[in-house]
Amino acid sequence: MENELFTIDSSMVDWSRAQFALTAIYHWLFVPLTLGLAVIMGIMETIYYRTGRDFWKQTAQFWQRLFGINFAMGVATGIILEFEFGTNWSNYSFLVGDVFGAPLAIEGIVAFFMESTFVAVMFFGWKKVSRGFHLASTWLTGLGATISAWWILVANSWMQYPVGQEFNLDTMRNEMVSFVDVALSPVAIDKFCHTVISAWVLGAVFTVGVSAWYLLKKRDVEFARKSMCIGAIVGLVASVLAAATGHHSAYTVGQTQPMKLAAMEALYNGGKDQSLTVFAAVNPFQQPDWQNEEEAPARLAVPYALSFLATNDFHGYVPGINDIINGYEKENGETEIPLSEKITRGNAAITAMRAYREAKRDGREQELEILSSEFQENMPWMGYAYVDEPEQVVPFIPVCFWAFRIMVGGGCLFILLFMVVLYSLTPNPSPSGEGSSRFRHLIKTFWFKTKYIFTLGKVTTPLSTRREAGGEAIPRWLLHAALWCIPVAYIVSESGWLVAEFGRQPWTIQDMLPTWVGVSALPTSSVMITFFLFLVLFTTMLAVEISIMCKQIKRGPNL
Amino acid sequence: MMTYEFLQHYWCFVVALLAALLVFLMFVQGANSQIFELGKTADERRLLINSTGRKWEFTFTTLVTFGGAFFASYPLFYSTSFGGAYWLWMLILFSFVLQAVSYEFQNKLGNLLGTKTFQVFLVLNGILGPVLLGGAVATFFTGSNFIVERDNIINEATPIVSRWANASHGLDALLDVWNVVFGLAVLFLARLLGNLYTYNNIEDAVLARRNLSALWKNTAVFLVLFLAFFFHIMTKDGFAYDSATGIVSMEPEKYFHNLFGSVPMLAMFLLGVIAVLLGVVGTYGWKSKDGTAFRGGIWLAGIGTVMVVVSLLLTTAYFNTCYYPSNADLQSSLTMQNSCSSEFTLRTMFYVSLLVPFVLAYIWYAWRKMDQKRLTHAEVQDHESEAY
Repeated sequence: MENELFTIDSSMVDWSRAQFALTAIYHWLFVPLTLGLAVIMGIMETIYYRTGRDFWKQTAQFWQRLFGINFAMGVATGIILEFEFGTNWSNYSFLVGDVFGAPLAIEGIVAFFMESTFVAVMFFGWKKVSRGFHLASTWLTGLGATISAWWILVANSWMQYPVGQEFNLDTMRNEMVSFVDVALSPVAIDKFCHTVISAWVLGAVFTVGVSAWYLLKKRDVEFARKSMCIGAIVGLVASVLAAATGHHSAYTVGQTQPMKLAAMEALYNGGKDQSLTVFAAVNPFQQPDWQNEEEAPARLAVPYALSFLATNDFHGYVPGINDIINGYEKENGETEIPLSEKITRGNAAITAMRAYREAKRDGREQELEILSSEFQENMPWMGYAYVDEPEQVVPFIPVCFWAFRIMVGGGCLFILLFMVVLYSLTPNPSPSGEGSSRFRHLIKTFWFKTKYIFTLGKVTTPLSTRREAGGEAIPRWLLHAALWCIPVAYIVSESGWLVAEFGRQPWTIQDMLPTWVGVSALPTSSVMITFFLFLVLFTTMLAVEISIMCKQIKRGPNL
Repeated sequence: MMTYEFLQHYWCFVVALLAALLVFLMFVQGANSQIFELGKTADERRLLINSTGRKWEFTFTTLVTFGGAFFASYPLFYSTSFGGAYWLWMLILFSFVLQAVSYEFQNKLGNLLGTKTFQVFLVLNGILGPVLLGGAVATFFTGSNFIVERDNIINEATPIVSRWANASHGLDALLDVWNVVFGLAVLFLARLLGNLYTYNNIEDAVLARRNLSALWKNTAVFLVLFLAFFFHIMTKDGFAYDSATGIVSMEPEKYFHNLFGSVPMLAMFLLGVIAVLLGVVGTYGWKSKDGTAFRGGIWLAGIGTVMVVVSLLLTTAYFNTCYYPSNADLQSSLTMQNSCSSEFTLRTMFYVSLLVPFVLAYIWYAWRKMDQKRLTHAEVQDHESEAY
């Protein structure tokens, strides 16, 4: 940030980043549970609607109570995020508000009103509206939250993969030219699918974990088993889908943000037939010497897997950090120019912009067209005009590397957890007759359990009429593991955010606007004060929320 | 038909309408600011909080949508005001964060801070929210201290387009007495609307009596403050601009001419004022068809509030007026023309805004369903009611 174009105090940029990260990280503690529980309690209330059993009403109400406690904090942190674009990133807001503001406005009009209208009906309307209207309200609350996620992720994706806009030299800002390109960019679709589905996973882990606590305490067994069953089914489906969408997201990142992928993999020097790192001794606190090291030390890798992940071809070419800095030839034969060339072109864009503005001011109309085309030719690298050193365009590798591993490792762990929970939770078939082979018995067991799961665990049948073994059939170690998976799920979820957002540094908008040009002109002290105010406020509220949540869980569903 | 100019006016109207709806919905803040005045017992306070607690999300959502719509349609305002008047907006946000959690947390087991703490937070938001938002809106008439220079992007000294011209970063707005007067006027408007809303929404004779007692006092203070501000802006010079050249200049009695020179604007303003007054007066004097006391004052006053606020806000932006004037550099003042989004974005957003009637329809339907019966102590104390 020691750029001659930059006179804003660099510590102010860091504090602004820290404040936004703090708000977003806190916000992301609450949103996934909102999205995930919305699906689970929606299913429960649907069963109540179909069966009319009071048990399901109270089960749904219990999870809705937890949803409500969590929801308030999501709303509180969400409003700060929206306005921080203006308060802390005002230059960004001016330069791209024409494109970026639209999804935020649509989010408000389409999603927030739906959410806020029907959440009130969901909480307070049990005795005021019909069962059908109440059920619709519960699903519409979840739908509103999901639509909200869509639009905010469209906005976020546009920052990572800016499409559908042009820079207007007369207004000196980016302007939208294709709403469809912005709203339906491949990055937006990938991001939405992966993010929302991973939120369902977190909601499912939470449900399974809380249910496990009841089973450990040997109380509310029927409630806990059925909640756990629904949670595990939703979780298993969602975690498998999250793996699939995760793979596709990695492919998209490889195509659109190769530096992010290289940082996620600590891949300093790329090439064809690249292996995927399972483990490497990357110092979590220090940027590695990517310029001189061949690869990260003590590296354990799966052959060809990275090439497949990034290109869908086991022999595909994956650029490393040094390749991106020095330039490389892409699979399609195109050349990715080196950083030095990008800086030159970025400076050419700024020079053309300056000349255009001067010509316009002086009334030299005949020069405008030439200068404009000169600018547009170099516009894709405009952000590099504010860059001096290669180090500035490399994200902090340790965070990206470890967060990626925690995210993927956690995802695999949850698939295993849900499978084992469902296996333990579902009844076994009646014993096979003598002479039946072990393989045949296995197939029969698998088929029986699968059928059970796909009929939603026959959840609508009262426990006493079933031939299952009861809560004791689930091993205690598994219940403990399920409980401890709740904090793990939050760490995994936040890791996903870290990968996405740390990986694109230093860009506020990929290749167009580095963070230090997007900020507001504020004194560092002001941002520091508000950072600590938010830290204290959010942390206090989080402590209160956790305390209330624990009390509500201890109180139980009152069945 | 849909020219760029039309779209600029259309979006200005939409933003003004959202702001007006926000002012109306601040009956939540108005009632909360009186929790301890109206509710003398814990039960009464709980009843009040549960009454506004079923509507607070609308206020919150309208504030967020107002911000989003302003961002999408007038991004230069968003960057200049929010990035410049940093402390003013941060205080507003802090107060709304406190409100968002206070409803859900205040009466729950495990609440580490105690019920009263969160009720005090509601009172804080109930006072600070309207006063600060009102103060911020008043700067549309009185001006703010900022400088806008688009060419800063290519300026080697600093690439930041908008800057606040002093170190107070928005707190200077509160040093202007007229901003404070208007902020207080908005507070007392919110309080009287809060009285009318809880009078309508709660079935409790004691609270009803206290609401009626507070209503005329809040109305009287509001009228004094509002009329003072109104006469001030009608007689002061306004910030005008030449639509051809964009040059800004001061014009004597600009807002007076804007309001009284346009029949639709004046009619909207006067009808709004009459509706607000009828809402208050009718609450004391009228009877419903069934012979009971008239409790629909909130709707008359609410509609009136929306009309008055829309007409006042439009006088700051229509008729070649700078809606966000700069006292530090007159030519930096923001107008509908120089601060709006591109024609493409405004048109795209126009199509999205066609969904608004649908949104209003389902809000109306759900609100009606939920408010068919007035809130009672029995409902709040029913453990199945999920009351706050």
